[in-house]
Amino acid sequence: MSTLVAPETVPTIPTRPVKKRLSTWQMWGLILLIPYVFFFLVFVLFPVGYGLWLARHPQSYVNLINDPIFAKSVINTLIFLLVGINVKMMIALFLSGFFVHTRTWIKWLSVLFILPWAVPSIPTILSVRFMLNPEWGIVNSLIFKFFGVDGPNWLNNQWIALSMAIGVHIWKSLPFWTLIFVAGRLAIPGEMYEAASVDGASKWQQFRYITWPSMRTLYLTSTLLSMIWTLGDFNSVYLLTGGGPADLTHVLATLGIRYLRLDQVDMAMASIVCALPLVLPLVYFMMKRLSK
Amino acid sequence: MRRVTTEAKLLLIGIPVFLWTMIPIYHLFLFSISPKESAFGGKLWPATPTLRNFEIVFQQKHYFLNFFWQQLLNSLVIAVAVGVITLVVATAAAFAISRLKVRGGRLVMNLALFTYFIPAAFLAVPMYKTMSTYGLLNNQWALILAMVTIAAPYSIWVLKQASDKLPWELDEAARIDGASPMQLFRLVYLPLITPSLVAVGTYALLLAWNEYLYAFLLLSKEKDVTLGVALGLFMAADDSPWELLMTTGLIYALPPAAIYYAFKRYMVSGLTAGAVKS
Repeated sequence: MSTLVAPETVPTIPTRPVKKRLSTWQMWGLILLIPYVFFFLVFVLFPVGYGLWLARHPQSYVNLINDPIFAKSVINTLIFLLVGINVKMMIALFLSGFFVHTRTWIKWLSVLFILPWAVPSIPTILSVRFMLNPEWGIVNSLIFKFFGVDGPNWLNNQWIALSMAIGVHIWKSLPFWTLIFVAGRLAIPGEMYEAASVDGASKWQQFRYITWPSMRTLYLTSTLLSMIWTLGDFNSVYLLTGGGPADLTHVLATLGIRYLRLDQVDMAMASIVCALPLVLPLVYFMMKRLSK
Repeated sequence: MRRVTTEAKLLLIGIPVFLWTMIPIYHLFLFSISPKESAFGGKLWPATPTLRNFEIVFQQKHYFLNFFWQQLLNSLVIAVAVGVITLVVATAAAFAISRLKVRGGRLVMNLALFTYFIPAAFLAVPMYKTMSTYGLLNNQWALILAMVTIAAPYSIWVLKQASDKLPWELDEAARIDGASPMQLFRLVYLPLITPSLVAVGTYALLLAWNEYLYAFLLLSKEKDVTLGVALGLFMAADDSPWELLMTTGLIYALPPAAIYYAFKRYMVSGLTAGAVKS
């Protein structure tokens, strides 16, 4: 059918679709949008509205603020974000410089390196949890074997437990960010480095004056995006410590679920609403960046 | 000499990176090949490696494992369903927004991005209540629909980015030849966008297979849950046999790793391109 029209009649300047057709094309466009709009309305807009409605009573917030676990969770969340994100991003930036080297063994290492990100959280986090078991775990067994002393009760001390949860979070998400930064570094023209080394620039100067200026925006965007995802990291804390000992290692992501499990939905939603002043500016900023 | 120092420096970074990455995974593997008695000795390699644990898991010979095959199947069915539905929903939306330039397309893109940036753990609470309102709790559709909701936004965005790069002249030519929107979609758009479809489908499939939080909130019957949730139930018991738990965990972790490696070149280019550009 399409062969009936001679190709020579195709105008060279692209024109807007013919007016008469516009409605059919627009109609199809709308039809094709329906599935996603359905998902958005039914599984995002309605739940969010319903959730906010559940959290409408001021009393919920009073209860929340009077709950010492909430205050603890807010502090833990801030520590988790501050330490987790900065350590992770700096290591990822550093390691991206390592992985851009062209060596066969580094290529193979990068294949393994991605595993923590590709496999599900639960088996690997349980593996870490068992490693840290005070009586039977391999860590304390080795400590006993080599030093003849009992190792700490890792997950029973709130600060060690929280640090370990941060460690697990970093273990899991480091590969992804390293990959992003590797891609960022590869986008920098190699001639810039060649010119710099001809001029006798040191490695640090090359990083300071070439790599960093080209990567700064990417680093900032990644940090903010990582902040959103880290705020929502339920697995690292829940699967490792379960919020324990004595609910001292909860973060906002696990606290909401804890209230939900205790059938205190209003508290669960209220704790999430309290995180919104932090989340919404980030969401707004990221949307502006990505919708360009 | 200079070369040797460089190599030494690289090794000095490479070895810790290797250990850091592999220790939890090796520990998982170590347990799965250790007999029950020797699993707790703090050894780095079992005296008598065995496949007995796998045998017990595959034959469901422990009361924690009564539904192992069923749960594995649940994980598979749910992951495939999420992958397929996400592809359909996201491709349709991306085509409409990017190629048909539908009115309101920009708004829909923004709504999708907004969803993408809500931390999934925060959406979980209202999602749970909503599913309960819809009467879908303990129904696998609840998990499938929830995971599509989470996977679709990023998929739409990735596909839209890829679609925007296709030459507009192709659409013009097809339109002038009298192609209908659906012909344009089938004959021009789909063949060109296939690599991105692979990336997006794999992304959604892995996301659903690996999901723990939503699965454990929305499903609870032993017969219905995914393997990940079963591992969680397993762990909660005091007398849980670690070596079997770890063996099951290893089996659960293998398919996503294999799928990731199989589709690696699509995944990496498809999923990081957008991030780097911004």
